[in-house]
Order: sequence, then C-alpha cells, then structure tokens
Amino acid sequence: MKSRLARALTVFLLPGALFVLWFAISDSSGNFFFPPLRKILSAFADVWLDAGSASDIVPSLLRLAAGFSASLVFALTVGILLGSSKVARDYTEPVFEFFRAIPPTVMIPVLLVISGIGDVSKIVVISFGCLWPMLLNTVEGVRSADPVLNDTCRVYGIGGLRRLLVFTLPAASPQIVTGMRTGLSIAIVLMVISEMFASRNGIGFTIIQFQRTFAIPEMWSGILLLGLIGVALSLLMRVVELSVLYWYEGARARS
Amino acid sequence: MPGGSSAQGAAGIAKFRGVIGFAAFLAVWEVLPVVGLLPARYFPPFHEVLAAMGGNLGSPVFWRSVLYTAEAWFLGLSIAFAAATLVGLVLGSIPVLWRYTESTIEFLRPIPSVALIPLAVLMFGIDIKSALLLIVYAAFWQILIQILYGVKDVDPVALDTARVYGLGRWSRIRYVSWPTALPYAITGFRLGASVALVIAVTAELVIGNPGIGHQVALAQSAMALPEMYSLVITAGVMGVLVNILARLIERKLLGWHQSVRADT
Repeated sequence: MKSRLARALTVFLLPGALFVLWFAISDSSGNFFFPPLRKILSAFADVWLDAGSASDIVPSLLRLAAGFSASLVFALTVGILLGSSKVARDYTEPVFEFFRAIPPTVMIPVLLVISGIGDVSKIVVISFGCLWPMLLNTVEGVRSADPVLNDTCRVYGIGGLRRLLVFTLPAASPQIVTGMRTGLSIAIVLMVISEMFASRNGIGFTIIQFQRTFAIPEMWSGILLLGLIGVALSLLMRVVELSVLYWYEGARARS
Repeated sequence: MPGGSSAQGAAGIAKFRGVIGFAAFLAVWEVLPVVGLLPARYFPPFHEVLAAMGGNLGSPVFWRSVLYTAEAWFLGLSIAFAAATLVGLVLGSIPVLWRYTESTIEFLRPIPSVALIPLAVLMFGIDIKSALLLIVYAAFWQILIQILYGVKDVDPVALDTARVYGLGRWSRIRYVSWPTALPYAITGFRLGASVALVIAVTAELVIGNPGIGHQVALAQSAMALPEMYSLVITAGVMGVLVNILARLIERKLLGWHQSVRADT
C-alpha cells in the first residue's frame, strides 16, 4: 500500500509541480505571448470542448486514421511480398530508400497541386509520408524471419494463408510495430502541416488562424490540444504494442 | 545479426539490380506523361525536371537555400545533441532523479514539435531561431532516450569488476560506461539527424524561413512544376546525404563494435 503510494508520488510529483508552477507564475503574467495558464485553460474549454469545434478535431483525426490505415494495409501487403522475394527487393529497395529520405512534408505542395486542398489530398499526403517506414520495416521483418522456422513450416507443409498467419506475420510483427510507431508520429506531423499549409478546417488550420489574429490564449490551447493528441496516440500505440507483442516481450525477458 | 554473410558476387548482383530498378523508375516517369497516361500538366516528364535541376546547379539562390537548410540542420542537431547528452548523462547516472522525471519525459516526448510552430512564428518570425526551436525540440527527445538507454545498459558486474581492479571513477567512465553508451548515443545521433532535416525543411515550408522548403513552396505557388519536383529531389538527396554521413560516423566511431563489424 505504502509502496504504491510512493510510486504514484514519483510519477505525479514533477508533472504536478510543473503544472502548479506554470499556473502560479503565469497567473499575473503581462507578457502578451505568454498568457496566464488560467486563460489558456478557459480558452481550451471554449474552443475545443464546444460541440462546434468537433468540426475541427473530428475531420483532422478522421483524415489521420484514413491515411494511416490505408498506408498500413499497403505496407503489409507489399512488404510481405517484397520481404519474401530477394530479387524483387534488390530491384525496388534503392527507389524506396530514396522516397523514405525525402522529408515527407515537401510532398504537401506537390500533392496539393495534383489533388487540390480537399480531404483526399490530405489523406494522400498522410499515407504517402507514413508509408515508407512501415513498408521498409515490414520488408526487413519478413526478410529476417528465423530461417529454421521457415524451413520447418515448409517441411510440415504449412502454406498459404495459414503460413502467413502462424509464421510470417508473427515473425515480422516486432519490426512492423516499430515501423508503425515511426509512421504514426510522421502521420501526426503531416496532419498538422497539411492543415497549416492549405485547408478550410482542421486543428492545424484553426491554430494558425488564432496565431494570425493574435488570439494568443486560444493559440496556446491549440498547442495544448496537439500535445494531448500526441500523448494519447502514443499511449494507444503502446496498448497495440503490448497486445500484439506480449509473447515477444516475454521471450526477450527470458533470454 | 546471424547469417548476414553474403558473397561478394551476390552483393554485386544486388547493386546491379538496384541500379536497373532506379533506371526503370525514371524511365516510367519519363514515358507515362509523354504517352498521356499521367497528365503532363501535373507530372512533367523526367527530362524537364532534369533540365530544371541543371538550371538549379548554376543558380546562386538555389545554393544559398541549400546552405540555409544545412545550417539550420547542423545548428539544431548540434544543440539538441549537446543538451540531450548532458541531460541524459545526469539523469541516467542518478537513479533518484530518473525515477522522478521519467513520467514527465514520457509525457513531453510524444508532443509533436510542429505544435510549437505558431509560438515559434510569434516569437522569432522567419529568423533561424524559429526553425531551431522546432528542430531542437524534435531531435532532443530522440537523442535523450537513446542516451538514457545507453547509460542504463552499463553492466553492473563490469562496473564492480572495474572497481575491484582498482580503476578510478574516471577510468571506469572511460573504459566501461563510455563504450557501452556510445553505440546508443550514435543511434540517437542518426535518428536525430534525420528528424532534424525533416523539421528544418518543414519550418521553411510553413513558416517561410529561407531554405529548400521555402523554395518548394515558392515554386508551387508559381506553378513551376519541373522546378518544384527538382527541389523535392534535392531535399531527398539531402536526406540521403544525412543518412550516409550518419553511417560514416557510426563506422568510424564504432569500428570495434559487433553491429558494425557484422555487416562489413
């Protein structure tokens, strides 16, 4: 009981103290750029918790989800195919490595020209950006699967879908999850930037509007919101990781 | 990594196929707009982009933009690396401090640095400082986490052994802690280096700091598409160069380490 209390203290002491400190120090702040936290929080409630602003948060998150999942499906399909063929890998890898090296945000203007400023263009931007880490990690995961297990599957005549489900996917899953984590953080950046660059709605768009109209507490509340979304998605990713890789963490701890 | 030994000839064939693959990609890019399978308005054939790249090479504006981007990347990465190493060494070697700060770090780390863009714009405008704020924030966490892993990975038995053999504090750091943490620090450097480039270009694109990203935005609003594609390729080449540089540093500093020795 006492140790649990102590642990809670170690987890919450510093964040709590920082929050209180920020609140107290900023409370009488006259600095235009750094308004009191009190004002930021009340702006947060007004701007983002209002039903009206579901019109910004929801479209942003939907685009994020659409782009990310489209990319994931593509990365898994193509990644498994490429991972199991050395010849195909040899031919495609340099091109893919080059695409991965392009800072994904510079594709925003390109795709804007091709597909306009609607939802489709943003979804394409997001999926294009998060595709490469997921694809290349899937390829690597499938490629480096244990050759002995591979041969065992073959000897026992396990093939087709069954082989995919019991051998290939589980063997590649640690790498796939790593790729997904990288891909997700790129996707968030692209969600925000594509909206800041050109949009009619979305979180990034709204935050830039606040900045341009010098609505400083509202702008800060948007920064806060993006922070919370980043933290929430990384927690979600952690849950996915634990449920997909529970066997892996166990195997690693034993060895 | 077991089973990584491939014959010289196989590596040659792989390289050859890679070149063929790249050439095929460029050929497809050239042919599709010409035969009308892709709208040439949006996808200028490759030779036009190549011509634009040739034009870039003789343009002082282009080279200045490359230098601006490289400067922001270098400064941002250096600041982030220095700060993260310092903080990481302190937090990693004092367990109490680490226990109390872990939750805060885990909370701050996933905050996307682009969330700070409006703040950076208001505080610094298009001065390089606004880009640096974003770059340092983004790269700092990547590097810090690696340094922390590295410091915590030091084998306590090895440390005790060193102590028993009478190695002083400085020698222990030099011969035990440092070699253990170095591979992690270099991984952090590699991750940070590519994030720093992405964020540098992003800041230029959205905020308008001078650099390659800004040139892409300008070319886009002028609808100068071959120019725009040539700049995108330039950004990709810079990305490749950053990766190569990081690999070179890794090889140089970690020539003795298993992970590097295995794949040469």
